[in-house]
Amino acid sequence: MSYTSHADLGGTSVPGAIVPEAESERFHAAWEPRALALTLAMGGTGSWNIDASRSARETLPDYAQLSYYQIWLAAMEKLMAERGQVLPDEIEAGRMLHAPVAVKRVLRAADVPQTLAKGSPTERTATEPARFAVGQQVRTRAAQVDHHTRLPGYARGKVGRIERVNGMHVFADTNAQLLGEAPQWLYTVCFDGQALWGQDADPGLTVSVDAWESYLEAVPQ
Amino acid sequence: MKSEDSPMESSICDRAASMCHMAHEHHDHDGHDHEHGDEHSDIGPMDLRVRALETVLTQKGYIDPVALDVLIDTYQTRIGPRNGARVVARAWVDADFADWLARDATAAIASLGFTGRQGEHMAAVFNDADQHHMVVCTLCSCYPWPVLGLPPTWYKSAPYRSRAVRDPRGVLAEFGVQLPASTAIRVWDSTAELRYLVIPRRPEGTEDWSEEALAELVTRDSMIGTGLARQPGAAR
Repeated sequence: MSYTSHADLGGTSVPGAIVPEAESERFHAAWEPRALALTLAMGGTGSWNIDASRSARETLPDYAQLSYYQIWLAAMEKLMAERGQVLPDEIEAGRMLHAPVAVKRVLRAADVPQTLAKGSPTERTATEPARFAVGQQVRTRAAQVDHHTRLPGYARGKVGRIERVNGMHVFADTNAQLLGEAPQWLYTVCFDGQALWGQDADPGLTVSVDAWESYLEAVPQ
Repeated sequence: MKSEDSPMESSICDRAASMCHMAHEHHDHDGHDHEHGDEHSDIGPMDLRVRALETVLTQKGYIDPVALDVLIDTYQTRIGPRNGARVVARAWVDADFADWLARDATAAIASLGFTGRQGEHMAAVFNDADQHHMVVCTLCSCYPWPVLGLPPTWYKSAPYRSRAVRDPRGVLAEFGVQLPASTAIRVWDSTAELRYLVIPRRPEGTEDWSEEALAELVTRDSMIGTGLARQPGAAR
């Protein structure tokens, strides 16, 4: 395996308290809102998609040491450097040193409200019938894959049941690798706590993930 | 690290995000780049790096610097958990709306004007005496922005993401919430582009309350499932 995600945290042992926060507390440093806005504005150039962006973030070697907006910035710098858009020496110098690379579009101030209100829907017109139906038992893929994926480690190789059928959606795995949207049916798959965590699971606990069809195989009932 | 980085300034910014907002608008005022305690050492370098990025991206014509201000203003003043509170309050007073929310949350929420980025495909899940819902994104920080705004730091943190799926009752305890053992917990891990909004239980004794007053009882955490709606008369 050459692909390593540092973001697959569900069920792992991570020390530290969960610290509640007031609703009014939106940012924790003056640079954070700028980092957010820069990330959204560069996302608006259409130079990469959200799955490629998540992939760039989760593979940062120092992911666990960075704050969330630091992760966003580091991933954006990586994506831009890969495309020759901004090189590290320019960030160090604080000014442009190399000619710009053409981008598809620029997010203009006047277009921000409309762009945010529209978003980027991932549902696509269904081109084939769904393989699974609500209530059906399925087993998730057990194998690890060598690329970005959205099946969490704790839910690999587990039996659950289809709870919702959510239409065909852009497939994160291919989209992240810039191999195309390759839409697949997306299901909400619900697991009993004991199926995930064994006998010491909280009684009555159920946990669901949203899983694309190729993550799943039928279980004979 | 800087003389202006006094404890007093820190405490002001700790309390009011608006002060941080003001700080970024004074780019030349280096002294205000303070941080919370343990991230103290990040102050200078992060501020310089972000400023360098903004300069280079602007010089290269990739971004419109005015768009940055609009983006920040949007998530600081327009899009936040009060949007979600309106959805919840409407669901509490209007059974038809609640039913619509259950069937097609995206459309029902859009009817109140909340749409778009990170809420393109919505699902609403309803708490009752038998089941309590909690939302997490174990793989990153997926969160329903149009109704809740930007996620709080804890939601993006490794402790929450690791524990929510395994020990949600323990997580609730960290928020000071204890549910009866008879209430089963259901955790939704947001692993694709569906975004979940928890509809907390309506507090008792609010039967004759207006929708606006009810919305005041709806906390952000109650819509993530790490909290409950405020009780009437409870301190804010």
